[in-house]
Amino acid sequence: MPSTPVKSNDRHAPRRARHLHPLPVRIMHWINAIAIFIMIGSGWKIYNDDVIFGWLHFPDALVIGKWAQYGLQWHFFGMWIFVLNGLAYLTYGFASGRFRRKLFPISLREILATVGDALRFRLAHDDLTHYNAVQKILYLGIILIGILIVISGLALWKPVQFSELASMFGNFQTIRLVHFLCMSAIVGFLLVHVALALLVPQSLVAMLTGGPIVHDDAVGATDTAANVQATPWR
Amino acid sequence: MMTQLAQPTQPPTSKQLPGGEKMPLRIPTPSIFRPKQPVDQSVLKENRALVAEIDRRGALRGTISLGALTLLTGCDVTEEAPVQKVLRTVSAWNDRVQAALFRPDHLAPTFSPAQVVKPPRFNAHFDVEEVKPVDGASWKLELAGRIDDKRPWTAQEIYALPEQEIIIRHVCVEGWDYIGQWSGPNLTSFFQRVGADLTAKYVYFHCADDYTESIDMATALHPQTILATRYANATVTDPFGYPLRLRTSTKLGYKNAKWIRAIEVTNTFTETFWSKQGFNWFAGI
Repeated sequence: MPSTPVKSNDRHAPRRARHLHPLPVRIMHWINAIAIFIMIGSGWKIYNDDVIFGWLHFPDALVIGKWAQYGLQWHFFGMWIFVLNGLAYLTYGFASGRFRRKLFPISLREILATVGDALRFRLAHDDLTHYNAVQKILYLGIILIGILIVISGLALWKPVQFSELASMFGNFQTIRLVHFLCMSAIVGFLLVHVALALLVPQSLVAMLTGGPIVHDDAVGATDTAANVQATPWR
Repeated sequence: MMTQLAQPTQPPTSKQLPGGEKMPLRIPTPSIFRPKQPVDQSVLKENRALVAEIDRRGALRGTISLGALTLLTGCDVTEEAPVQKVLRTVSAWNDRVQAALFRPDHLAPTFSPAQVVKPPRFNAHFDVEEVKPVDGASWKLELAGRIDDKRPWTAQEIYALPEQEIIIRHVCVEGWDYIGQWSGPNLTSFFQRVGADLTAKYVYFHCADDYTESIDMATALHPQTILATRYANATVTDPFGYPLRLRTSTKLGYKNAKWIRAIEVTNTFTETFWSKQGFNWFAGI
C-alpha cells in the first residue's frame, strides 16, 4: 500500500519509531499463550465427560485436571486471564492503530498471489515486519474466532441469565458445538503458528525481544521493509 | 453422545460425580527419591532460625509459575494444596460474580409438552439400581432454621398444595441437557406459608441419601423454583426424587436436590456434597 501523505492534524508524530512488537504486545502475547494452554487443556477435560463425537476422547495425558471438578476449576480460572488479556489486546490494537497497520488492507489479489507463492515454496520470510495476505487473514480470523469462543462460552456458562444470547445459537448442544469448533480452529491455527515460528526462528525471537525497529511514515501506513531501520537480531 | 439419553435400564457409569468420575481415595505412591532412612531430627534444632525464615516465604507457595503450568500435562499439580487454594478462591469469586449476574425476575426459556423427554435422564453419585426408594406413607418433610412454623409436613399435605408447572431445560455440568416437565408447589409460596425468613442468605436441602445441597435465597425466590412432586403429569418416580425434590430453572442439575427430607433456612454457609469436592457452589446457569 502506498504511504499516505502526512497530515498536519495527525495525532501521531510522523516517523514514529518503535519495535515491530512493542512491549505490551509481547506481554499480552505470552499471557495469552498461557491462558490458551489452560483453556484448551481444561476444556478437553470437560469435553471428555460428555463427548460430542463418539470417536473423539482426549487422552488423559493431554488434559488439564485429573478429575472433572479440577478441569472445571482450571477452565473458570483461565477464562479470566483469557478474557481480560483479550480485552486489553483489542483495546490496544484499536487505540494504537496496530490492527489498522498490520492487518489492513487485505486484497483478494494479494491473497491469491500469496497462496500461489506458498504452494511453490516461494514465500519470503526475510521481512518480518510485513504480514502477507494469508497472515493477515489468519491473524484477523483468529481474533474473530477468539471473540466467538468467548461469546459462545458465555452462552454455555449462562444459558438462562444470557438467554437472549444463547437463543441466537439455537439449542444448548449447538452452543457446545460452536464452542468446540472455535477450539478446533484455534488448535489448527496454533499448529501452523508454532510450526512457522520454529521454521522462521527470528519471528520467535522477535516476540521475545521486540524485533526490528520500525518507523511509521504516517498514520495509516503499512509497515514495510522500506520503513525498517535496523535489524539488530541479525 | 450429545443426543443419547440414558434410560433407567442403561444407567450412566457407576458412582458418578457430576463430572462422571470417581474421586481418588488412594494415598499417593511415595517418591522414589524419598530417603530410605528418616532425616536426623537434630538437624532441625541447629537450623531452626533458617527454617523459620524459609517459612516466612510461604506466600510464594501460592504462586503458580509458568514452569509449574508446563508440567501440568501428564503430571497434575492441581491437587497440590496451594494450587487448590488458588483455584477454589477463584471459584468462590465466581460464586460472587454469578450472584451479581443473576436476574431475579428473568425467566428461563420454557418449552412445549411435545418436547418433554420421558423418562427424565438419571444421574446421581450412585447407580440407578442403588436408589433407595423413600416410603411416602411414613415420610415427613422437616423444616429447620429461620422458619416460624416448623411443623413437619406429610406427603399428603404437600401434594395437596397448589401446583405450578414448568417445562424447562435441565443442564448437567457434564454437558448434556434435556427438556423436563415438572410440577409442584412454588417454593416462594411455600416459604410464605410457613413463615420462612426471606431475607436469610441460604436454603439447605438435606436428603434421604445423605446428600446436601444449598442455594442462595435469590434463586429460592425465583418464580421458576418449585418443590417438584410430579414429572410429565405423573407422580415423580423413585430415581428422580420421590416424594419431593427441588427443580429450579437457574441452576445446574446437581443443585436440584432429590429425596428431600428437610429444608433449612439459614445465614450460615456450609459446604455441600459437591462443593466439598471442588465443584462450584453457585452453579448458576
